[in-house]
Amino acid sequence: MKIIVAIKQVPERDAQVRINSAGKWIEESDLQFAMNESDAYALEEALQLKEKHGGEVIVLSAGPERAGTTIREALAKGADRAIHIEADDLPQRDALGVAQLLAAAAKSENPDLVLTGLQSDDLGYGQTGVIMAELMGVPHASLILHVDKTDTGLAVKRELEEGWFQNIDLPLPAVLMIQSGGTKLRYATLMGIKKAKTKEFRKINSADLGAATAPTAVLEKITLPQKQKSTQIIPGSAKEAAATLVEKLKFEVRVL
Amino acid sequence: MSGVYVVLEDRSGRFSRISFEAIVAANTLAAQSGSKPTAIVIGAQTEALATEAATKGVAKVVRIQHPLLAQYTSDGFTYALQQFVAAESPDYIVFPHSYQVRDYAPALAARLARVLIGDVTAIGEGPVFTRSLMQGRLSGNYKSAGAGPCFVSVQSGAFRADSADSSPAEIATFTPTIDAAQIRTKPGEPFRGTAQTVDLGSAPLIVAVGRGIKEADNLPLVQDLATALGAELAASRPICDNGWLPIERQVGSSGQTVAPKLYLAVGISGAIQHLVGMKGSQCIVAINKDAEAPIFEVADYGIVGDLFEVVPALTEAIKAAKS
Repeated sequence: MKIIVAIKQVPERDAQVRINSAGKWIEESDLQFAMNESDAYALEEALQLKEKHGGEVIVLSAGPERAGTTIREALAKGADRAIHIEADDLPQRDALGVAQLLAAAAKSENPDLVLTGLQSDDLGYGQTGVIMAELMGVPHASLILHVDKTDTGLAVKRELEEGWFQNIDLPLPAVLMIQSGGTKLRYATLMGIKKAKTKEFRKINSADLGAATAPTAVLEKITLPQKQKSTQIIPGSAKEAAATLVEKLKFEVRVL
Repeated sequence: MSGVYVVLEDRSGRFSRISFEAIVAANTLAAQSGSKPTAIVIGAQTEALATEAATKGVAKVVRIQHPLLAQYTSDGFTYALQQFVAAESPDYIVFPHSYQVRDYAPALAARLARVLIGDVTAIGEGPVFTRSLMQGRLSGNYKSAGAGPCFVSVQSGAFRADSADSSPAEIATFTPTIDAAQIRTKPGEPFRGTAQTVDLGSAPLIVAVGRGIKEADNLPLVQDLATALGAELAASRPICDNGWLPIERQVGSSGQTVAPKLYLAVGISGAIQHLVGMKGSQCIVAINKDAEAPIFEVADYGIVGDLFEVVPALTEAIKAAKS
């Protein structure tokens, strides 16, 4: 199977994000970046499918130059080659605008399967894979925890809400959006990191994939979230705070 | 203008609560132009659903009915709604932000060269749609641009559903043309995961643990707190993904929804997927080292500190208070 995994580089979990001076994006200068979590699971699923059925895993990512480090990490974990769509304007594009870039690059490879994570940890649109499938004219399934290859295509396990699941059969080629937690992630080995340096790493300028269409959903302003409750922050040392909280639980919440 | 439409969702013939919340959101949006929304029900048998929807504060109900819509498929629902949009030219279509909607609404929007504004938590004048960014650390205001319908999905719990029934609205039927060959996926019947032995939904007190606990070996720390308090132990998704606690103890959109008297969140940052499962709790206490963690936006009481110091101190203080 020829598998493309679309991954995104996002600010590291628990990074202290600040709004930039224009109020339209975050201040990126002092941030650390990492592979989006559900994309890491998509990559793992792709590597396991390749190990079972043979073929090739191509990692695909759109983003500025810094995304290269995350792409290298995917190569170090075992992807065979990489395509980096160099684009500095991702925050200005809507979900369709980003998916257009990825779908155009993916299409030219004629893959059997495209995997992406369910949702990015930064913008959180959760739409890229579904839109890619629509643009590529292939079926899709989202929130996938497990993938089996069958004689006719794929059998996948989809997560539904509140502890329910569903199995779905679909033909290839297809796009799957992978939910995190379906499998265990691997680490890159020293050998993998070494090998990654020699693997094919192709760069495409986003402009070569067609002109960007004007976004139909425009992010006008970023603010701090509105507090839904007024939180009483309990001060003091661990011991003092614990004692105060117990008083609150006893006399205000009345659960002790 | 052709107005505001709201797509309702059912499971085995019963509307989900979030469908009623979507009606409230659609009414908020329709009120900006002095109108009322039209509800859409989709399926193979929609009569009873439509009759119920007609009393939920909408101007009209449309039944999009076809035998091939008996079970949800992305292809079936996308074709059906695509034809409906072509016939009615709606200005806005509001959806509940459910797993099902996430699976097809982005494709429907893309087919019309539009994009879904998803997981919306508030609708302001303009209209301006607010949704979370950066796992709830920031908030973004979005506007729809260009010609064509605006697709919006609203987050579970963001709009309070109205329980009062209205006098029944008119019901119409729309029959799309769908060919069996257009439906490319074959869905199986939904099934439950492992047998549910813990009912977090009825627990009056819950202590929940998140990523901040760092290692499975540290879990007894939180278990001791739960025991001292007489509370059930729950967890956020990453803890169950790692296999540290069984999935039946997971709270959030993919786990259980709870509303206990006390929800004590330990080392949980408060990603939206978790918050939707617990923000209805009567009292929320958060212990987290990060003062900017989104969990503090919904907490009644907060302790900003190292859980490895605070939790043992709290366990001791509770034991002392109870003895």
